[in-house]
Amino acid sequence: MKKSMIKSALKDELLLKVEKPARYIGNEFNMVRKDYKSVDIRFCMCFPDVYEIGMSHLGIQILYDMFNKREDTYCERVYSPWVDMDKVLRENDIPLFALESQTPVKDFDFLGITLQYEMCYTNILQILDLSKIPIYSKDRDDSCPIVIGGGPCAYNPEPIADFFDMFYIGEGETSYKELLDVYKEYKKTNKTREEFLRRASRISGIYVPSLYNVEYNEDGTIKNFEPVYDDIPKKVKKEIVKDLDASSYPEKPLVPYIKVTQDRVVLEIQRGCTRGCRFCQAGMIYRPVRERDVDYLKDLAIKMLESTGHEEISLSSLSSSDYSKLQELVYYLIDEISSKGINISLPSLRIDAFSLDVMSKVQDVRKSSLTFAPEAGSQRLRNVINKGLTKEVILKGAMDAFISGWNKVKLYFMLGLPTETYEDIEQIAVLSDEIAREYYTIPKDERNGKVSITSSTSFFVPKPFTPFQWVRMNTVEEFLEKQRFLNGKMKEQLNYKSIKYNWHEAETTLLEGILARGDRKLCPVIYDVYKKGAIFDAWGEFFKYDAWIETFKEHNIDINFYTTREREFDEILPWDFIDIGVTKKFLWNEYNKGKNEEVTLNCMTKCSGCGAGTFKTGVCLKVKG
Amino acid sequence: MINVNYRIIFYKFGVMKFLGHLDIMRYFQKAFKRAKIDVSYSKGYNPHMIMSFASPLGTGLTSDGEYLDVSLNEDIDNKVLIDRLNEQMVDGMYIAGAAKLSDECKNSMSIVAAATYLVSVKDGYNQEIYYFKNIFREKIKELYSSDEIKVIKATKKSEKEVDIKPLIINIDYNDFDYSNSCAEIFDNQIHVVMTLSAGSENNLKPELIIKALCEFCNINYNEFAYQYHRTEMYYREDDDAIKPLLGKDAYDMLIQRELFVNSN
Repeated sequence: MKKSMIKSALKDELLLKVEKPARYIGNEFNMVRKDYKSVDIRFCMCFPDVYEIGMSHLGIQILYDMFNKREDTYCERVYSPWVDMDKVLRENDIPLFALESQTPVKDFDFLGITLQYEMCYTNILQILDLSKIPIYSKDRDDSCPIVIGGGPCAYNPEPIADFFDMFYIGEGETSYKELLDVYKEYKKTNKTREEFLRRASRISGIYVPSLYNVEYNEDGTIKNFEPVYDDIPKKVKKEIVKDLDASSYPEKPLVPYIKVTQDRVVLEIQRGCTRGCRFCQAGMIYRPVRERDVDYLKDLAIKMLESTGHEEISLSSLSSSDYSKLQELVYYLIDEISSKGINISLPSLRIDAFSLDVMSKVQDVRKSSLTFAPEAGSQRLRNVINKGLTKEVILKGAMDAFISGWNKVKLYFMLGLPTETYEDIEQIAVLSDEIAREYYTIPKDERNGKVSITSSTSFFVPKPFTPFQWVRMNTVEEFLEKQRFLNGKMKEQLNYKSIKYNWHEAETTLLEGILARGDRKLCPVIYDVYKKGAIFDAWGEFFKYDAWIETFKEHNIDINFYTTREREFDEILPWDFIDIGVTKKFLWNEYNKGKNEEVTLNCMTKCSGCGAGTFKTGVCLKVKG
Repeated sequence: MINVNYRIIFYKFGVMKFLGHLDIMRYFQKAFKRAKIDVSYSKGYNPHMIMSFASPLGTGLTSDGEYLDVSLNEDIDNKVLIDRLNEQMVDGMYIAGAAKLSDECKNSMSIVAAATYLVSVKDGYNQEIYYFKNIFREKIKELYSSDEIKVIKATKKSEKEVDIKPLIINIDYNDFDYSNSCAEIFDNQIHVVMTLSAGSENNLKPELIIKALCEFCNINYNEFAYQYHRTEMYYREDDDAIKPLLGKDAYDMLIQRELFVNSN
């Protein structure tokens, strides 16, 4: 007997009126079904962007699987309704619902929101608003879910602190067990929301913003950041998985119907990075690097391909080439699955003999391109940012690839890095041209047509918990001036016809810069700009730059306080209450070494005593200082 | 390498009606992979599974009779094929039958000649329910008895007036038999069954007839007020009779519709 078990939250007419109704029906293969009425804890996991983006995120799949392994918990999902559905929900006064049970988000015990980029902040308010949950946490009562944030932007949660009941700082696999157990106990004994929050604030990694008081100096910097009660920790230490092989990983990921951004199996091979690039937040907050066991990964890869039917697998990590058993893993996958018509994609791979061999086996050489991320044009500036990639390595890698038949190269750079001069910028054009020149040293009859170089620049945004967290960010005018200058220099190159130059939007970068290092004073700004209709800021077509600027002015907020102001070492930064293991002193030393163009070695080569050793795991156990 | 062509018939219902044709194709590709069924791939730079559908079903429609042709590198029993695929189905998709095809059989897309639809008025659309209560079939009968039924047919290039009457093969004025069907049953019970010309040349969508009916009755056509449900697709025999697609050139066939009980 077969019949449909699902009762959609929306009537047919409403679903048929929007683009891609499949975003709102759930029912994906491997979706977990439980009776929501018979569990103790209902957890709604949210990615505050459109379905196709949210479904591509590995972190949610890990937590979805982990929560649903608990018998007392049912974890469901919700994504930002696209603008057409936003309108439908508002016009028909329908509360936002979770995909699995198609029931209102407001009825859940928890609403967990992953914070992957700053530009999604207004979407968080959209989710709360459409769910009919008060936007400010202070206005919520016991009938509302506990709203909890996590992910990379939780490492500076202050600009959105007023909207959340709590934040989870660090990797999700560890403290949720205790948090849910404590919650269940509180629910049974009918204790209040306040009592639960206070108890939860003592769980490792949990930050309850309402239990901390911020005082400001006259100049707007922080004077004091203190918990309001004595039993609440002054510092919140990030959570970290000590043994990745023993932690939860989804063997049966959800299989979406519509084409999503990552329409493939994602296999996380390691977490963290040893390279220590000074601009990179991920490289610091996920320290120390931890590898997964290669046999475990082989087994997992096959299981996930079989359980999803995907035709592609992507190895995920911040720097795949640094995974010690990469060759063994990749050749195993090629032998086992390539013959079955399954593609292997290997992002973040250094170009060398091994990677060229692998790429020639798994990709179509004529169509694929080589990717380098020198980040800066000159060696001087690459030393400042500690990007250990030299021109010689790039040119040799490119040449090896050209000889093997490749003729497309993608290069990624940043503009606005600390200490940058116009000479450094010009070197971006020079390097692009040198790669093209290298190509044309190959005799004409051995070449594979014309070379195509695509150089892209993004604008540098200083991020919390990096050695550059104190630095002055460029203004929009400076960014645009640099971009124009580089565009001109590109046109002066010998092979300018072979070089395509792409750039990012400066306005989006400005806002990202304000929010990334923002404080609690920004909460009412985000609230007001949302009320003016800002959502999907990360999508160029909806970004309301003028509304943002106008709202900052209305709140008498000087943008430059957050962006172009160079901070002092002694200043209390909004995120200083978080302990990521890596010390502030190490970051400051790194900043100064950077200014002196001094390089710091990779963790694998030499321990530089960053502080992550406190977690006693990963590379820290292997490499001595 | 051996090569066997199969024709599969499946149901589409529940929330799956909101999926478009391209997404259904992707869904089946992944389902075949999961079921570890050895599907043949095309040659060339972008190999893809050799799979085709008789006729795309529009978003919003449900069906008891969707057809999928697939070429396998293995000879497996129809029952095994059906069961293994059904293990990989989601709520709203169900495999009802499979047939092995002789080599001379053309793909279903090229031979489909007709399709039967159940058209129902949805609950909640009070104007339509009020108007058509007890007269839906009578009005269609009246419309069908006209010499011609002119409608405006919009193509990508232009709009033109055509007579759709010759494309109507049959209208069945009896009550629909809901057993073994996944069709939604509405409280208002207003429905009619019609068999229409289908295929690449003379395809007639049931929407056009309802539109013509509304015009004939002088009421506005509300596209959301009707549920269209396909029940079967046919090919045309040499003697002009139409027969269900599954049987065409099949030398081994299995239908397990009795496993499907409509209990809504």
